[in-house]
Amino acid sequence: MSKYKALIGLEMHCEISETNTKAFSSAANAYSSLPNSNIRPLDMGFPGTLPVVNKEAVKMALMTSIVLNCSQPKYMYFERKNYYYPDMPKNYQITQETKPIPVGIYGKVTFECNGEDKTIRINNIHLEEDAASLDHLFDTSVINYNRAGVPLLELVTEPDFHSAEEAVAFLEHMRSVYRYLDISEADSKKGQVRCDVNVSIMDEDLDENDPNNWGTKIEIKNVNSFGGVKDAINYEIKRQTKLKETNKYDEMEQQTRRWDEETGTTIYMRSKVNAIDYKYFVDPNIPKFKITDEWLEEIRKSIPMLAYDRKKKYIEEYNLSSYDAGILVKEKAISDYFEECVKIKTDIKQAANWINGMILSYLNANEMSIKDFFMTPEMLKELIELIDSKAISSKQGKDVFAKCLSDQKTPKQVVKDEGMMQITDEAAIMEIIKEVIDENMDQAKTYNPQYPKILDYFIGQVMKKSRGKANPAVANKLMKEELEKLVS
Amino acid sequence: MKWMNKSIEELHDLLVDKKVTSKELIEESLKLSHELQDKCNAFVTILDDAKETEVTDNLLSGIPYGLKDNYSTKGILSTGSSNTLKDYVPFFDATAVSNLKAAGAVCVNKTVMDEFGMGGTGTTGHTGIVRNPWDQTRMCAGSSAGSAAAVAYGVYPCATGSDTGDSIRKPAAYCGIVGYKPTYGMISRYGLFPFASSLDHCGVLTRNVKDAAIVVDNMKGIDKNDMTTWDSSNINLYGSLNGEVKGKKLCYIKEICDIDNYENPNEELKQHLSNFMKTIEKAKELGIEVVEESIDQTLLNALAAVYVVISCAEATSNMSNLTGIIFGPRGEGDNYIDMMKDHRTKGFSPLIKRRFVIGSYVLQSENQERYFRNAQRVRRLLVDKWKELFKKYDAVILPVGSGPAKKLDGSKDILSKETKVLEEHLQIGNFGGFPSITIPNGFIDGMPVACNITGNCYDDSNVLNIAYALESTMPYKNQIAGGEKNE
Repeated sequence: MSKYKALIGLEMHCEISETNTKAFSSAANAYSSLPNSNIRPLDMGFPGTLPVVNKEAVKMALMTSIVLNCSQPKYMYFERKNYYYPDMPKNYQITQETKPIPVGIYGKVTFECNGEDKTIRINNIHLEEDAASLDHLFDTSVINYNRAGVPLLELVTEPDFHSAEEAVAFLEHMRSVYRYLDISEADSKKGQVRCDVNVSIMDEDLDENDPNNWGTKIEIKNVNSFGGVKDAINYEIKRQTKLKETNKYDEMEQQTRRWDEETGTTIYMRSKVNAIDYKYFVDPNIPKFKITDEWLEEIRKSIPMLAYDRKKKYIEEYNLSSYDAGILVKEKAISDYFEECVKIKTDIKQAANWINGMILSYLNANEMSIKDFFMTPEMLKELIELIDSKAISSKQGKDVFAKCLSDQKTPKQVVKDEGMMQITDEAAIMEIIKEVIDENMDQAKTYNPQYPKILDYFIGQVMKKSRGKANPAVANKLMKEELEKLVS
Repeated sequence: MKWMNKSIEELHDLLVDKKVTSKELIEESLKLSHELQDKCNAFVTILDDAKETEVTDNLLSGIPYGLKDNYSTKGILSTGSSNTLKDYVPFFDATAVSNLKAAGAVCVNKTVMDEFGMGGTGTTGHTGIVRNPWDQTRMCAGSSAGSAAAVAYGVYPCATGSDTGDSIRKPAAYCGIVGYKPTYGMISRYGLFPFASSLDHCGVLTRNVKDAAIVVDNMKGIDKNDMTTWDSSNINLYGSLNGEVKGKKLCYIKEICDIDNYENPNEELKQHLSNFMKTIEKAKELGIEVVEESIDQTLLNALAAVYVVISCAEATSNMSNLTGIIFGPRGEGDNYIDMMKDHRTKGFSPLIKRRFVIGSYVLQSENQERYFRNAQRVRRLLVDKWKELFKKYDAVILPVGSGPAKKLDGSKDILSKETKVLEEHLQIGNFGGFPSITIPNGFIDGMPVACNITGNCYDDSNVLNIAYALESTMPYKNQIAGGEKNE
């Protein structure tokens, strides 16, 4: 690859999973194990049925458009993409083309790849309806229309990626964005994220800003996992490089290929010359509607700080390590929990440690969301302060944590009920110390400040007498003073 | 015929006074349906088991009516007069149908139309041609042919229609009755089989203007299932008919109405246009100011092409759902593509196929700019021109067609480019979504002819009121085909 540079563009389709109903139909937008149960007459293309735009889906699309720094249209239009296929009974898909302007055009996104910032350009983002899912069995195919009409966001980037790693880092960034915005789970295992990948290679020494140098664009359809995107890009770069090196590159026509997961190869589908004419036109059943500045402003205000910015903030303002900050922002609910801790003035470093350590492993072990987690940020603060004030030891802290969750009690309540509160009152400790010394007067008299070996024994006796509640540091200090007094 | 030649108000009073029952009305309407079916072939389905309804305050309660066969009716065959849906029984009612049901009106039959509304002759339905009840050798025009024939024959006081180019207003003219399509979006299109969504309107055919107002009052309303509907709850068409039109202003278009604009006018055209001018005189007698306006002939000449391009483009996409796979007769073939092809090849008439070819052609990416987008631009120009007129006038009044109903054998067709604008100008009402009503205004060769009044969007009450006043000056209100002719 040293002689060549890869130019990679992505089309990322992400289902909006968080609306109640589908994009243009009143059928539920929900996962159902029963095929063909979430359908209304429109989804089956019955005569006379009409689309009704889901405003919530439009709002989410605009939100994404704003986050991608795109321009938003003054008026919203939807268009028909006409083609005959059983996954779309109307035989047209309601979507948005670039003319009139879709929900967003010409944006840019900065994301992190291998610890470095990378910025790429967005060509457009549009809102459309998903098609039904087809399963091709041995001699028959089955269709499930539950997915038909589910709102789908298609994001098209410029060919600004140069490696599979960059492309995948971007996809991960976008997955985080969709999750933070509560638009989609963006789970590729559930088929919610699907990608088309464009790959071409060009000679390293040519000017990248001149499209004439870009080489022949190969579109790879059907890449349905991030791992697949990585493998498909790497495979395609290798394949095209080989064509260059065997002087066959110039014969290669612009084409669409398919990613075959089983063989790990891309397979020729069709030439771009024979591209389908989708006969786009504005859907007359959906009147254009005005996107007001007020609405955009309202949406803008509702956008939370995203993972990328939170991570930067945690590192720069809270002095957390990049590693710790990265874990904290992985899930918005976790990050929100952390920020609540910060807000109520919990010790930041300790809060981060507790969350990234004990809390996350508890949640993982119990397959639980932090939203269902019993211990509130207030309780975590209480626990941290109990330890800080030496009311309990840090070892005890872990026991209190476990007990809080098992008994559904606040840390203070646990400490009280379990009698775990350390004795820090010097007078109280002194009383015990005096008892211990009286009981062991002979040994006490052998105490040598130069060689305070027997101190440990005496402290041990204090701890025993106090059933572990005496604060060891205080006990240590006082015992030393008493013994010194005795022998001096 | 004892009852069905009466107006809705008259029937309502008789029902309220218990001089007749809803059951008796339905029985008479069904009897007349069968009679007309034998003569003119107006119905796809006659609902012999139609049940009477309770008589309430609603003027339509207990009264029989007809539905064009492109309105979805729950549990009742709805074919759109097409073989592609010859056995299709919807499982939901069109919104307009639910509204009429709620009013207590009783549907007694589903009327024949040109296949999916795509035609202006009433001869392309899958159950055969519809004949004009005034003269069975003539056509009714279309596409709401069966509805027009049935209302004209006195099967009931009203039937629904749909209008994409002139599909209510032209057959109404040829059958001597009233045809009204309100402003676009006043009546929900949910459940109406689409032809061209941006031009499709629901509407009604009746024998007088007041009946049209009553029926549309009961069909209209904002619908959560149709985004193009609007709230018309503050509009009461029936209540706003007062006949007070003094000081209203109308205009007609010189290029369409002036006989000198036609090189070799035939006798029919001469009579038609001179009859129209008599109607203008009547309007003036009512105290309406009527002015002649001139419009660029080139713009007018473009309208027929604009209509063909836009309506065919939308139709080809709208009707892509007709594959015979989910509903409709399954085609034969080894795979879904062959099955679809077989279904569509056998199911559609040649006329429709021709329109699909045109629609596909004008939408192809290499042609779209030249045809489809240009058509949309000219549509805008025409609509803007008419909106300009509506700044000065309450409505535009024009003659409908170039004369009375054409002969079915084509022997009297005027195949002239000259009369094209005269034949097609009603389409402007669809381009702009304007409220538009046709009322009978005379006879030529013993056949009825009509004029049309079209006003600005949302100004339905005004347009209807003008038509109502004008109707009262002429003896054609409530006329029945085969009854007395006030020639």
